Amino acid sequence: MSLQHILAKLPYSKPFLYVDSLIEINENYAEGSYSFKEDEFFYQGHFTGHPVTPGVILTECCAQIGLVALGIFLLEKEGASLKNVKIAMSSSQMEFYLPVYPLELVTVKSEKVYFRFQKLKCEVKMYNSLGKLVCKGSLSGMLKKETP
Amino acid sequence: MTNQSHYEILKEIVKIYLPEDVSVSDITEESNFTSELNINSANLVDIILDVEDAFGITLENQDMDQMKTVKDALRIVEQKLVE
Repeated sequence: MSLQHILAKLPYSKPFLYVDSLIEINENYAEGSYSFKEDEFFYQGHFTGHPVTPGVILTECCAQIGLVALGIFLLEKEGASLKNVKIAMSSSQMEFYLPVYPLELVTVKSEKVYFRFQKLKCEVKMYNSLGKLVCKGSLSGMLKKETP
Repeated sequence: MTNQSHYEILKEIVKIYLPEDVSVSDITEESNFTSELNINSANLVDIILDVEDAFGITLENQDMDQMKTVKDALRIVEQKLVE
């Protein structure tokens, strides 16, 4: 399963896709990156005249790479069809250490804690281009195969 | 007849995942985890993982599908323990 294939399967699009590339995915780990564009919609208001990436967006970026891309890999590995999969974040606990400004490149590294009964739990970390920890935390989501 | 100590162990586990608007005293054997105790599907997974640890058993996807009420959970635990 190629990284490009998983990237194409991510159920997001502009202006809410926060993955530019996937660097590595295996059964227990996912890594990907995103560079925040200068004209992201939220910079208009967060904050007024002083654009900083909101924590919820950093969390979303971590979730798209760490939970959803990894989850798609795991589901496909199980042989599941992705057509009827419902995705929902079920919990997030994050801590933030450094601000992320427009045009910054971030890398997300996610370690699987478990994937059982359609629930995926991961420990995620986001680093900036200097390799400094931006945020880290624990994210969980449900990847439900819809019953007909 | 339900094994009383298993029921108490299960109650202690379920208690952790109850939302604020549901109290421990609301738990009965007939309680439906999602519709009555308001436990979401993600927390139901947490309950199942805790049940596995507490009783030293392993549950499968079909066990979870059958686990609608507290009574169902106890029945499945008993089944697994004799297997």
